[in-house]
Amino acid sequence: MTMKTLSQTIISTMRSAGDSVQSAAEAAQSALPMNVLLRGAQLYDKTRRMVTGDDKIFTETPIPPAADVALADIDLSNPFLYRQGRWAEYAERVRNEAPVHFRPESPFGPFWSVTRHADIITVDKNHEVFSAEPFIIIGEPPRFMDVAMFIAMDPPRHDQQRAAVQGVVAPKNLREMEGLIRSRVREVLDDLPTDRPFNWVQDVSIELTARMLATLLDFPYDQRRKLVEWSDLAGSMEQANGGQSDNDEVFRGMLDAAKGLSALWHDKAARRAAGEEPGFDLITMLQSNEDTKDLIDRPMEFLGNLILLIIGGNDTTRNSMSGGVLALNRFPDQFEKLKANPDLIPNMVSEIIRWQTPLAYMRRVATCDTILNGQFIRKGDKLVMWYASGNRDERVFDRPEELIIDRKNARNHIAFGFGVHRCMGNRLAELQLRILWEELLPRFENIEVVDEPEYVQSNFVRGISKLMVRLTPKAEVS
Amino acid sequence: MSSVTFVTHEGESHEVPLDDDRSLMQIAVDNGVPGIDGDCGGEAACGTCHIVVDPAWTDTVGMSTEVEEEMLAMNPERHPTSRLACQMTAAEKWDGLVVQVPEFQM
Repeated sequence: MTMKTLSQTIISTMRSAGDSVQSAAEAAQSALPMNVLLRGAQLYDKTRRMVTGDDKIFTETPIPPAADVALADIDLSNPFLYRQGRWAEYAERVRNEAPVHFRPESPFGPFWSVTRHADIITVDKNHEVFSAEPFIIIGEPPRFMDVAMFIAMDPPRHDQQRAAVQGVVAPKNLREMEGLIRSRVREVLDDLPTDRPFNWVQDVSIELTARMLATLLDFPYDQRRKLVEWSDLAGSMEQANGGQSDNDEVFRGMLDAAKGLSALWHDKAARRAAGEEPGFDLITMLQSNEDTKDLIDRPMEFLGNLILLIIGGNDTTRNSMSGGVLALNRFPDQFEKLKANPDLIPNMVSEIIRWQTPLAYMRRVATCDTILNGQFIRKGDKLVMWYASGNRDERVFDRPEELIIDRKNARNHIAFGFGVHRCMGNRLAELQLRILWEELLPRFENIEVVDEPEYVQSNFVRGISKLMVRLTPKAEVS
Repeated sequence: MSSVTFVTHEGESHEVPLDDDRSLMQIAVDNGVPGIDGDCGGEAACGTCHIVVDPAWTDTVGMSTEVEEEMLAMNPERHPTSRLACQMTAAEKWDGLVVQVPEFQM
């Protein structure tokens, strides 16, 4: 037996072992503690990598200008397009020359790119033909890390699980949260240095979203950065979206998350049993709902849905907080317009979310043969709805590359998605961004970006990892 | 001229002309009625033109349709007579219609 066939045999044996573990897991998942599941997953992945010898999938190389590449060779899944500042020109070419574009080969397999605003709405709305299962990212997470999330479920299961947590962002809660968010924004802003440049991403965007997440989950406040760490790891897996998380770190992080979140669940249950008043946090809501009160007994679903809610409230808001500062520096006349008319803040918030589009896409799978904008899509084909392209669609947005804070149709942006999976936290996100800018304007005359920003490696998260800024305080704070 | 009245959460009434053959969402947005966003532009895909119909009017304007339910079903603010205004094409016999605008669009 040659090495190749030996390794193939081992892999196929492992695969079938994996399959039986997985199908057993479906039935008996509840019997296995989460840490056992995750340790098994880590071991499986390590062994697979040792045998197949595949280590890193992606190595960064310079990307040529879009005009130099044949249309058929364009691969929008390249996780370095955004980081290298090439995303816009590539997306523009596809959007205008082949709006529903097929890419037969990629590290994530063949996929269709849906790039126009109208086509994206068509796909996003039709969950019967375009299924969100089994994943909403272009690739697949490492085996056994494929935790179950309602964002990647179709109705009716999606509706049941989402309904259980939707209340956390209901108007009653948003009203209660507004004062708390404002006081935290003030604390963070009052502590910022004004005598030297600092990294806005770390000191403002991450800090504020970490505080918000700790509140939503009623998570120990002094450990809030753990939530950020878990979210960053889970959201940047190489096989899933071209991210740069080291797989061993991801497994360690998920194990830590599983322990921390289970402890949170049990602690909350014990406090409630001891007579504590129900809070307005997510754990309380899950425990109070008939469909999810036993979620802890379905470990991968438990972990998946909590990780989903953490990621949902993390990268998105963070990168909109950073992106707004960056955009107002790129378009300084808009900063002047804002200072002259702070009433534009709510509309600007929508425009910032459009301009940044913190999550580039959602993925779907066709459940039957269908036709989309003239292209024949086969049952089983993978489609990527590029929100980041829809938000630059010249057919909907005039001068789409520009931030225009009083843009009339800014609210028509597609960054929250449309249809049953529309972002659950959209109002909370808008609230946080609005309060941030309401508190920034009276404090600072200028927020100057003093260095080129650094960007995240991913085809999913449009993230800014470093944004050095210098603040100019107002001469007199009125 | 026929009219429709949108009543905001704060109790403010906005009486605006009722143009036939246009959706209540379009009518609200074009007349600057506060609290109706219409983010998806009338595709029943965002739920931000949620209104609650005065029960006296449900026989005339009808209850929510299946496509509206996709967005309304998960809304914690929904009422039995909730509708998406973008799916309600105005008709002459709707003259005098009263609808409530919820405190927040979700």
